[in-house]
Amino acid sequence: MADKPFIARGFHGRRAAAPAGRLPPGQYETRDFPVLSAGPTPHASLATWDFTIRGAGDASPSMRWSWDELQALPHETPTVDIHCVTKWSKFDTKWEGVSVDTLLEAARAAGVADGAFVVAFCDGGYTTNLPLADVTGGKAWVAFGYDGAPLPPEHGGPARLLVPHLYFWKSAKWVRGLTVLPDDEPGFWEQLGYHDRGDPWREQRYRGDP
Amino acid sequence: MQTEELRLDGNAAGGVLRELFAQDVTAALGTCAGCGTTGAVGALLEYGHGMGTILRCPQCDATVLRIVRASGQLRVDLSGVLFLTIPE
Amino acid sequence: MNETIGERVVASAPAPPRLEWQVATVVSVIQETPRARTLTLDVPHWPGHRAGQHVDVRLVAEDGYQAQRSYSIASAPADGMVALTVERLDDGEVSPYLCDVLQPGDGVEVRGPIGGYFVWEPAQRGPLLLIAGGSGIVPLMAMLRQHARADAAARAGVPVRLLYSARTLDDVIYRAELERLADPPQVDVVLTLTRQTPPDWRGYHRRVDRAMLEAVSWPSADEPNVFVCGPTSLVESVATVLVALGHDASRVRTERFGPTG
Repeated sequence: MADKPFIARGFHGRRAAAPAGRLPPGQYETRDFPVLSAGPTPHASLATWDFTIRGAGDASPSMRWSWDELQALPHETPTVDIHCVTKWSKFDTKWEGVSVDTLLEAARAAGVADGAFVVAFCDGGYTTNLPLADVTGGKAWVAFGYDGAPLPPEHGGPARLLVPHLYFWKSAKWVRGLTVLPDDEPGFWEQLGYHDRGDPWREQRYRGDP
Repeated sequence: MQTEELRLDGNAAGGVLRELFAQDVTAALGTCAGCGTTGAVGALLEYGHGMGTILRCPQCDATVLRIVRASGQLRVDLSGVLFLTIPE
Repeated sequence: MNETIGERVVASAPAPPRLEWQVATVVSVIQETPRARTLTLDVPHWPGHRAGQHVDVRLVAEDGYQAQRSYSIASAPADGMVALTVERLDDGEVSPYLCDVLQPGDGVEVRGPIGGYFVWEPAQRGPLLLIAGGSGIVPLMAMLRQHARADAAARAGVPVRLLYSARTLDDVIYRAELERLADPPQVDVVLTLTRQTPPDWRGYHRRVDRAMLEAVSWPSADEPNVFVCGPTSLVESVATVLVALGHDASRVRTERFGPTG
């Protein structure tokens, strides 16, 4: 169905050369921090904000943290490269947050059943699914600080999921919790064909990409 | 830069919608399955910015229509549209 | 094309042409203002267009990298050609290419015309209220140009008011033409400048606000057809005010251009 494309003379877009080895295939470096959203910015009140980890089904045990309770947990300050499926990558982004490992450990102690998959759910209705293995072992955070300041709403504040080793649509903005599931359940973009895992180093952009 | 400053509207989705429908539908009236409001497709709010086309109800923000182009296919979720009235 | 349903033969219209990408050729370029450039295009198999419609432009680099944006058609349908006026956004992907690199003789991929909601034709009688912010003037200019080409009777049935917000007088696109088309009270052009004004400036010098809209707009009882185009923030605040002033929301048509440059 695709025709041979017409090449626009002298067009290269806004792209900079980047150090070899640091860019996943098909990506370009940006110095900006583009805002991409699937919907309007939700505005949460910290007084009523909470983060919940639960299992499948309404009767599942769950573990819940208020904003203050989350802040009381050990903070980490990861500096990471991030990669958006729309092809921009940003190097050395500085975050502050709580490791998802810490939260899952507490959730397990509270009786939340283990499972191979998680779905992140968010204010505004956004969801994204990931293998549990991709949010454990020091690979993921609930992040509330960016570049030394509170995470601004347009970038997901008060808190977002941060999973930098996967495409950035998995780092769900305005996150309010994780559901741990035995079976995978496609989230907002995955329902439309984006990849269930999303490893930028293997260019797992769409379902069916190996 | 706030998301709300970046959003467009159904007019901007006119091209990809023309790939789905046999004619222009920006003037068509859509009824939101979320809140029942009826309005022109051109007046829906557009988000997505490169990942896909997300059209939302200007009254209740529910997703009315979603389109993603991937792996040589167009995948469309029309479950947010209750009715579509297309002028002949 | 006929089809048989039961025993009756039902005539049906041929399907409208598919919207395909085509390579257009740049015929000429005009620098309208320091930041805005008009490209006149020769588009093969162009079916004609309606005032307010746009085209999608797609740029593909040698390595397959792609970028796509929409640009409103500035020319009137009666002009018989396709002119796009592009505002150069400094950090843009496509507009710097269209404004700085593209030259007469070059090819550029377009598809169109697109749009059926944000369109105006002289057959739509009644007062016409056009509100533009920055490059939002482009589709409204197609409407104004089409209005100017209509016959006297059609023009008499459609008084026009244009409220156009620009940074400075130098940023007013089509300025000389707007001065020529202005013919109050039949065609009223009101400018507001939001940054520096010339020393002898007696016009508005602020962002569009409720008081300005009240002063410029027809009363809602006159049921004007309204078209608002420009940066998203301007379009949304103007549309909200107009509805608050009593204009029917279905008569206030909007086209958002995204963030300001």
